[in-house]
Amino acid sequence: MSDLFLMIAVFVFAFLIGYLLISKVPQRLHTPLMSMTNAISAVTILGALLLFSVKTNAVEKVLGAIAIGTAVFNVVGGFVITDRMLALFRKKAAGE
Amino acid sequence: MGDRIDLLTDFGIILILIVGISQFRTPRGARFGNATAALALACALVAIAYRNPLMSLALVIGVAALSAATGSWVALRVSMIQIPAMVAFQHGAGGVAAFLVASVELTRAGRETLTSLGEASGILGVVIGAATFSGSMIAAGKLANRIKQAPTILRRHNSLLLVIAAVIVALGLFAGLSGSRSVVASALVVLALVSILLGMVFSIRIGGADMPVLISFLNATAGLAAALCGLVIENRLLIACGATVAASGSILTHVMCAGMNRGLLSVFTGIQPTRARLGTPVSAPGTAEAATASREEEMISTPVEPRGALEQDPEAQGLAVVRAAQRIIIIPGYGMALAEAQFEVARLAEWLVEQGRTVRFAVHPLAGRMPGHMHVLLAEAEVDYEQLCDLNDLNDDFRETDLAIVVGACDVVNPAAMETADTLISGMPILRAHEAKHIVVCNLDDKPGYSGVPNLLYQDPKTILLFGDAKATVRRLLDRLTS
Repeated sequence: MSDLFLMIAVFVFAFLIGYLLISKVPQRLHTPLMSMTNAISAVTILGALLLFSVKTNAVEKVLGAIAIGTAVFNVVGGFVITDRMLALFRKKAAGE
Repeated sequence: MGDRIDLLTDFGIILILIVGISQFRTPRGARFGNATAALALACALVAIAYRNPLMSLALVIGVAALSAATGSWVALRVSMIQIPAMVAFQHGAGGVAAFLVASVELTRAGRETLTSLGEASGILGVVIGAATFSGSMIAAGKLANRIKQAPTILRRHNSLLLVIAAVIVALGLFAGLSGSRSVVASALVVLALVSILLGMVFSIRIGGADMPVLISFLNATAGLAAALCGLVIENRLLIACGATVAASGSILTHVMCAGMNRGLLSVFTGIQPTRARLGTPVSAPGTAEAATASREEEMISTPVEPRGALEQDPEAQGLAVVRAAQRIIIIPGYGMALAEAQFEVARLAEWLVEQGRTVRFAVHPLAGRMPGHMHVLLAEAEVDYEQLCDLNDLNDDFRETDLAIVVGACDVVNPAAMETADTLISGMPILRAHEAKHIVVCNLDDKPGYSGVPNLLYQDPKTILLFGDAKATVRRLLDRLTS
């Protein structure tokens, strides 16, 4: 029962902390922000990995493999593209 | 003891993630923050794999390597204008992963191991994950221009949505209360299919300038689906990351709605709240209506003929105004991106700065197909990010501005939003370009923007209209200025 309480507390606190931090992000960084949080939301990859921590049947193998595939695509693609975007932001005064 | 170590590692990882997100203040910091967040996720992967020895390791590693390669290949090649479509597609991929994990866990575990909270979360996770998947695919298709961008409104669209939602609730309850595993499995398949239908019907009716709201909303639901997955498998990391993403998506959704002065419900269902209640019209309602009526008449009587054409060629007028202006604000809109004119506009701005003028860019929250999209496009064109200003930062400065150059923006500079009631954009915060001493408009044509409301700025005697392809127009201006 304490586990249940802990999980709900984690959800609420993560939401609140996320809300506080992200409401301070300036508008010009909103696209990279969304692209990065999108990569973070593919944290479901942990769940997909855990599917393989016990014995799996054929259907579960296929579904699990698809889940891993989409999640990894999301994680890697998300972080790479965010980095590419942020590298574009330059300040001329700094002397490029 | 092991449990305590696990708990501490989990919180450590969450802390790294928080540090990463908190770096999103400046572009340079954000790049570090992005790498930090990636590190947090990598640590999470290692921790999970260490705690739970995996079977079918070859399959797992093979699939992961293949899609990591595909993911980075796509991410390195996609152009900045396609970013919204790419992000929408990725929301969809996140949705798929979430709903597959939730369904496998639900069918596998059965009653014995799942708490009722876990079971309810799993069913919700399947619904939200599947709907996020199909909704995102539709959104990505629209943003990539593969399917019609304009809203597709079916007959009785809202009633249809309600019926689908009711079916989902009924199926969810059935799956939740049913005892036999095989019944649950088949109910989940049907549930997933109906949820996919829900996502499609939901997304298809949203289009054009409302896309930023949709894509932000899908960001939030993708996060929520991940968090729900976390509740099923009782994994703190999943819950925390998912909840953070849900918070981020909610904030962006709110920012986008505020940028349009519309409620979420109105964007998603098309139901317009009665404008009178919003109390936004600036002038008294009677005079405002009178003003619109007379302006509308004027518009009908002189539909296309740009004023000033009689005295002088508008381009020469435009040139004279640009030459004389000291303080300049450029207002880019999505039309600029469509015409791929951002590089020309950036060169024009650079030239003006070299001549000692003050140049700033005013970026409306809705100037793009996702939040902050315009900033990325201008950054790609090597505009100094210090020059990019938000609506609230410089809207009061238009009065002291010599020249406002509008490039491919329409609704976000339409004074009708302030002056008239009962239009789709009434009360929407706009960039007050009409307060500048001169306005040069480089738009494709005089057609109204996405809202369909005729742009009153075009009727302003101070406005010089240079209709045509924005890229060609700006290039011609620049050539004539520099020669």
